[in-house]
This record gives sequence, C-alpha cells and structure tokens, in this order.
Amino acid sequence: MKLSTLLASAALALGLAGGAYADAHGKTKVGFVFVGPVGDGGWTYEHNQGRLALEEEFGDQVETVFVESVAEGPDSERVMTQMALDGADLIFTTSFGYMDPTINVAAKFPDVKFEHATGYKRADNVATYSARFYEGRAIQGHIAGKMTKSNIVGYIGSFPIPEVIRGINSAYIHAKKVNPDVEFKIIWAYTWFDPAKEADAAKVLIEQGADVVLQHTDSTAPQAAAQEAGNVVTFGQASDMAQYAPFPRVSSIIDDWAPYYIERTKAVMDGTWTSTDTWDGIGPGMVAIGEISDAVPADVKEEALALKASIADGSYHPFTGPLKKQDGSDFLAEGETADDGTLAGMNFYVEGITGDIPN
Amino acid sequence: MDLSAINPLLFVAGFLVAATPLIFAALGELVVEKSGVLNLGVEGMMIIGAICGFATAVETGSPLLGFAAAAVGGAALSLLFAFLTQITLANQVASGLALTLFGLGFSALLGQSYVGVKPPRLDEVNFGLLHDIPVLGPILFSHDIILYLGFAMVVAVWALLKFTRAGLILRAVGESHDAAHALGYKVVRIRTLAIMFGGACAGLGGAYISLIRVPQWTEGMTAGVGWIALALVVFASWKPWRLLLGAYLFGGITQLQLNLQGAGVAIPVEYLAMSPYIITILVLVVLSADKSAAPASLGRNFHASS
Repeated sequence: MKLSTLLASAALALGLAGGAYADAHGKTKVGFVFVGPVGDGGWTYEHNQGRLALEEEFGDQVETVFVESVAEGPDSERVMTQMALDGADLIFTTSFGYMDPTINVAAKFPDVKFEHATGYKRADNVATYSARFYEGRAIQGHIAGKMTKSNIVGYIGSFPIPEVIRGINSAYIHAKKVNPDVEFKIIWAYTWFDPAKEADAAKVLIEQGADVVLQHTDSTAPQAAAQEAGNVVTFGQASDMAQYAPFPRVSSIIDDWAPYYIERTKAVMDGTWTSTDTWDGIGPGMVAIGEISDAVPADVKEEALALKASIADGSYHPFTGPLKKQDGSDFLAEGETADDGTLAGMNFYVEGITGDIPN
Repeated sequence: MDLSAINPLLFVAGFLVAATPLIFAALGELVVEKSGVLNLGVEGMMIIGAICGFATAVETGSPLLGFAAAAVGGAALSLLFAFLTQITLANQVASGLALTLFGLGFSALLGQSYVGVKPPRLDEVNFGLLHDIPVLGPILFSHDIILYLGFAMVVAVWALLKFTRAGLILRAVGESHDAAHALGYKVVRIRTLAIMFGGACAGLGGAYISLIRVPQWTEGMTAGVGWIALALVVFASWKPWRLLLGAYLFGGITQLQLNLQGAGVAIPVEYLAMSPYIITILVLVVLSADKSAAPASLGRNFHASS
C-alpha cells in the first residue's frame, strides 16, 4: 500500500509543478485540438506540421499545446475548456465535428480567440477557416477517370458533411468528363481515423471491381490495402503520403496550414485579430497538389497540370455548368459557377452518382 | 443496387480476417477476468503488440518472429499492470486505463521510424488439395497460420477451463481468492500468469492488425478494438464459444455493411453502420439469459493478510 501512495503523491507533485510551470506570462499560447493522432500520416499530421512551423517562426514568443485523438462531440468541449483555463490565447479546433463545442466554449471565454476548421458557425471570437479541397478533387477525378480500366472508382467517405460531398461531386464531375462510362462506388466509414476499418473499406471496394480508390479519411491504410492488391490507383489525402509513391499513390492533395496559422497567431500578438471566414484553394497555396508520379501517362499528367493551372489562376471553376443535381433538377446553367454559399452547404449529389446521402 | 458485385467467398474470407484481432484480444481478457482481474489496458497492450510485431517483422524479415515479439511485448507491458495491481495492490480500473494511455504513447514513440514501411507478407498455409475444394477451399483454407492459431486457442482455452485441473484452479482464484488461498494456491502468481497470457494475446491481436489486416504501422491504429474486446467478454458471459460467435458476428456484420454500401443497397447507411454493434449485443444478450455471472472476485484485490 505504501508504495502506491508514494507513487500517487509523486504523480500529484509532478502535476502541480507542471501546472505552475504552464502559467508563464508574456508568451502567446496557442492550443490545437486534433481529431486523430499527429502520426496519422494525413489530416492531423499536416495540422501538426502547421503547429511546428508556428513554433519555428516565433520561437520563444509562442507556446503551443495540443491534444490529439479528441472525439468529436461533448468530450471535445472539455478539452477546449481545459485549454482556455490553462491560459491559451488562441485555440484551433481542427475537425468539422468540433463546430458546436467550439461555439459553446467560446461563449464562456470571450477573451480567448477560437478558430474552427471546415465549419460554418462564427462568433465575435470564433473565426472559421478551410481549404478548397474540391479543387484538388477535380484533378484527382480527371486522373481517376483516365486511369480506370474497370470504370469503377471507389470512394471512402468519412461523414456525410458538405466538405466530403463537395469532394465526391467534384471528383465525379471531372472523372465523368473524361470518361462517360465511369461509375462511383461510395462507402461511408463513419470515422475520420480507424486504419483497420479504412483498409477494410478499401478492400471491399477493390473486391467489387474498383481499380481507383479515393479516400476522404485520414490514415494511409487505404494506400496499404491498394498496395497489397497490386493494381489499384490511390491518391494521398490531406498529406502527400509519398511513402506510397510512385504507385499506388499517383498524386495527392496536400493541406498547407502553416502560413495561415502564422498569420493568425501574428494577428493575436498584434491585437488585430478579428473573426473572419477564410476559404483558400490552390491559388493562394492552402491546397497543394502532390507530385504526379510516372505511373500516370505523360499526356494525362499534362492535362492534370493544365487543369491545376487553370484552377489556380481562377480561369476555371470546378463547379461550372451545365450541371444537374442527382434528382435531375437544374443545378447550374451553362457557364454558371457555383457560389460559395451553395458550396459550403452542399448536401446533394450531382447527376449520375448513384446511392443516397445518409442523413 | 447490384448484389452480384459482392463476392460471397471474398466476403467470408474477409470477415474471418476482420474478426481475428478481436478474438485474440477478447480471449486473453477472458482468461484474465476468469482469474478475477479486470485489466482495462487491452487497447494499450494491443497497440504495443502492433508496433513490436511490426518492427520485428520488418527488421528480421520474418512475420512469424514478428508475432512472437508481439506476444512478448504485450506480455511485458502486462507485467507492469501485474506489478501495480498484484504487488502494490493499486486500483485495477485506474491501472488498466493508465496502461492503455501508456501503451498508446509509448507505441507512438517506438514506431516513429516505421511509418510508411511495408512489412513482409505472411504467406497462406499450404493445404495442397484442400485449397482447391470449391467454395470451402477459398473460405477456410486460404489463410495465414495466425488466423488458425486464433481459432485453435479458443478451443484450447475452452478445454482448459472446462476439463483441466489448471482451469479449475484458475476459476477458483477468480471466484473466491480467499478460499483458493486457504487451499494453498498461490493467488498472486496465478493471476500474474493469467495477466501475462492476456497481454500476449492482446499483443498478437494488435500485430494481426499491423501485419495482416492493414498492413502498415500508424499511430493509434488499433482505434478502439481493445474496448470492443472488453465489451465482448462481458456480453459473451465469459464463455469462449460465445466469444467466438460474437467476434464472428461483429466482424461479419461490419464487413457485410461495407459490402452492402459498396453494392448500393437501399438501406439507410446510418443503420448499416450501427448494425454490427446492435446485432452482436442483441444476440449475446439473448444467449446470456441463462444468468451466467461474472467471476465473483472480479476486480477485487487480494492480499494474503486480508
């Protein structure tokens, strides 16, 4: 009994010491709430790279803290509250499911600035930011449509939220454009990060004939499943996932959060921070396209790069009419492009995709 | 909807693979709980097994050595739990949770240089002609040796608990450690061995995920299988066969719902996604109507002076 008491009091003492240490003043304290582990190789990995860039940029002036693998929902509220109580000046909450918790906690801490990724609810001290991943999806769709031989493209969805649906639509539109026979098979994994489940979903898609697998989940597990299958094309998601290049991973969407994190932290330091809504794409560099590997035929690669250039300079919008919704009703007229409001709340498939979006 | 897209042979083979990590982890925990110890650290021991197995397989080129290392790694971590709960008599729930947290963190540290590495493949067992039997061949005789080991261990644990003296002693310790102690059995030693067995099994289960099912190393890749294993032990009323049934049901329905989604079946996806949990629990709850109870000393610490 004595030993455990001793251990417990030692742990307590350490905890107290840690608490006192964390109370240092003068530094800007930036907190990050992550949905997966920083080593997921995808989404959370890139957010953490942004955090590290922040530390490098400001050195002693900032202190960053993060909590990883925080479940979306009520538990995240506890984590954010703890960060705010520990003296964080700015808190980035990096997953869609943190939207309402962020708003709730922000209401309790009016002096703390919050930034919520991929959501649409703002307050005086809550800004939102996201990247136009759908621009990258257009390029993936183009390559997928060109490279599929079975004409079946598998798509692993996470949750049926506008961000994911936008990506599916964008990829489908551009795959269909170059390959009218293409068909999308969509599996919702209902998780952002669960390598075993993501691998299972990829395997099922491959068993059902898909020879291109797109993923909107965070781990590299689908890449491993495709590598195992041998003849299946994949794309890196959120991060380059270059360890699976040149094949199966033939290209990728890379999220580059570092410039944004640095800019926003600077704003807090200067006292110029205001609640904003940032949504940047390939042009400003928030979305990068990972190197298109030699497994892609040269002409396809050239077309993909041209598509990327036209999206980057604004001459082409991935959602350009004529487009119809899945139910056959009109979405965009000839030459019309979708406005940001429509894109932000997108909850329908475009014409040609089969299956229903779960509620 | 296109049900013909689902290949039933691949589906069944797929769910046997999906269920195997769960079988290992839950079987180990079943033995631990039968000895009267509640170890909530299954998730932590699994993830340590996943990285120990992965690293060893990559370094030596031998997946089987990897599995051996995974068992050793899981057992080694469980020794920490055994020390805390059997020697220092710390609270089992708290120690188990701590073990999970420690395992997740420590595995992330160990695994840093193994991200994106492809592990050596474990070949299928060569059954010769058996593999060529239509239907049964691809389903039953086209797997790796570890999958069969999982099944064999269920049989072995069942037989051990039911027919052998060792099993009787283990159960006696779990039902009443004071009575077992009075009879001269070394309660702490027996429990420590059970805990190590549980750790080794959890380690094997973890390595099955990182070496066979995914196959790669990613931080936190067990993603909650350990917790499902813990629940499965309770719902299976501490009986090995029910545990096997539960694991196959859970793995099977998980695979089935993915297949149905891929085939575009018109059942709302949200119901499909929750079906593995609900059906597994329902079936096992109905089965457990025979009032099988938890080991009477489950979760209670033992000291010879008490």
